[in-house]
Amino acid sequence: MADSDSTRTDGPAIRCRALHKRFGDTVAVRALDLEVRRGECFGLLGPNGAGKTTTIEILEGLQEADGGEVEVLGLTWRRDGDRLRARLGVQLQETELADRLTVEETLRLFRSFYPRGRTVESLIDVVQLEEKRDTHVRDLSGGQRQRLSVACALAGDPDILFLDEPTTGLDPQSRRQLWDVVEEFKAAGGTVLLTTHFMDEAEKLSDRIAILDHGEILVQGTPLELIRSLGGEHVIEFASNIEFPDDVLHALPAVTEVRTRGESRLLTTGEPHRVIPPLLELIERGGGALTALNTHHATLDDVFLARTGRALRDE
Amino acid sequence: MSELNPLRELILMRIRAFLREPEALFWTFGFPIIMAIGLGLAFREKPAETSPVAVERGSVAERYLPALRRSPEIEVRIMDPADAATALRKGDVAVVLGGRDTLAFRYDPGRAESRVARLLADRAVQAGAGGTRPVAVRERAERQPGSRYIDWVIPGIIGLNLMSTGMWGIGFGVVQMRQKKQLKRLISTPMRRRDYLLSQILARLAFVVLEVPPIVLFAWLAFGVRVSGALLSLAVVVLLGTMTFAGLGLLAASRARTIEGASGILNLVMLPMFVLSGVFFPSSRYPDVMQPFVKALPLTALNGALRGVYNDGLPLYALGGSLAILAAWMVLSFLLALRIFRWQ
Repeated sequence: MADSDSTRTDGPAIRCRALHKRFGDTVAVRALDLEVRRGECFGLLGPNGAGKTTTIEILEGLQEADGGEVEVLGLTWRRDGDRLRARLGVQLQETELADRLTVEETLRLFRSFYPRGRTVESLIDVVQLEEKRDTHVRDLSGGQRQRLSVACALAGDPDILFLDEPTTGLDPQSRRQLWDVVEEFKAAGGTVLLTTHFMDEAEKLSDRIAILDHGEILVQGTPLELIRSLGGEHVIEFASNIEFPDDVLHALPAVTEVRTRGESRLLTTGEPHRVIPPLLELIERGGGALTALNTHHATLDDVFLARTGRALRDE
Repeated sequence: MSELNPLRELILMRIRAFLREPEALFWTFGFPIIMAIGLGLAFREKPAETSPVAVERGSVAERYLPALRRSPEIEVRIMDPADAATALRKGDVAVVLGGRDTLAFRYDPGRAESRVARLLADRAVQAGAGGTRPVAVRERAERQPGSRYIDWVIPGIIGLNLMSTGMWGIGFGVVQMRQKKQLKRLISTPMRRRDYLLSQILARLAFVVLEVPPIVLFAWLAFGVRVSGALLSLAVVVLLGTMTFAGLGLLAASRARTIEGASGILNLVMLPMFVLSGVFFPSSRYPDVMQPFVKALPLTALNGALRGVYNDGLPLYALGGSLAILAAWMVLSFLLALRIFRWQ
């Protein structure tokens, strides 16, 4: 049994089973099982409306599930809410901090809520806002504001950091700066639960990923496992003016999967050099012409497409 | 030294957010003074109260003009009959003197100043005619200090101001934070919820220190309105009233999701008090059956206590009833707000 004064240090950071949540007629989360290990970064990847935010907010104790069990750091929200809050750092999807407080004042406010934690100085330092310490929040750029928001989440030196779509709307440089902060937190042994609809973000930050759609986990594993589950690490995408049935394309050597996206056909393979020559021949023989051809390393986007028939970002 | 107190930081947040909002500052500090100026001008002490009396051009009344002009209490205006009728209807003149052969008074018996003006004009005319000399009457003007309307209305304005700035300020502030999901962000931390609500109330105390003294000072300098009781007593009443309306503001805003929703509730709560609680005229004018209700309203209690100190110079213990009503509203609204408050 857990010591009453400290949370358990063994066991998963987050465990939830058969999580269920509905809003009126819409099921937001359906029979969701999840386990996040200590010290890992776990990514919930999915399009808008997949149930990512609902899931993460249930885990943060901000929403109540209609059914299922949630354990965070071996504790439950019902019994140990106050203790849990002191151990978690939360960054909401659209956190608005008070416009007219300065960076330093905002951090002092958030730091004051936690019994233990980092100094305000070190928080300013870790998110690189030294020069902006006396700037009002409303005068910060989007990236700076988001970093401040993460700094607020780090104020209590949390065991778990929850990040809900942390880089939506940020420019590439701001995204990288924010990723650095997350990686630093992870390097120090922290656990991260992240939601995102950017596959590159999920791939870059996460040790393991669950892909969500319509409130359900479609597949989970390490990014590499997910990509390998496609049956190959390469995707050949082509378009031509002839229609090919799936089985014709499947019959090509080394093709493991055939999919369609709009006008394009997508062939997954481990060995693109064995696929392309016979493919071109096939088109040639049919008297058609190739209108597009490219190959790329398989990504999480392809995983999502393979599972749902839709592209992650077309939503 | 590095120990940060959450309540203190929350109060500072509120105060900073407010002080850095110039428009809010104006409404809080400028409004009561503008109101006091307005009322002060309307009800100012006139050097000598004169009654405006119209004399119809070409009427028999013109014959009495010298006599009327001799009276210092009468301000004579010669007007065409039609203009005079309009002026009487609008209240610009209190009585119209006319008549073809016989002097005729036209006045509105429903209006006190009209009746007075008629008597004054009549007296002047009779005196001018030199007939029987009227019995000499000495007018004794006796004025009690603090008995003017402005003396009476200033504490009411302070009470009204405490109610409206407290409720609007807190109501809007809270709803705005809820709309922007700042409250949701706060409750994802270990912040104690009552600290947040308490900080809203306590921050109001800081504002009121800036808010009320200017009105008191202004009323004294501009209109000679003095606090006849102890300033400390006044401070206690003001602080208690502030916290009461801060609590009510929290309660009114405890569920609203939008500014519009909150406005509706705030108006619903404040409007009856605006009318019933004796801000501009005594609440005793309402029928007896309504009195228990009227007296239980927090603004009635606050205005009563403020006037007790301001006008009657009463000590705090003599205001026990009003103060108890205020304290009860404060505690109940705070506890209820804490229970039903919507954080997201």
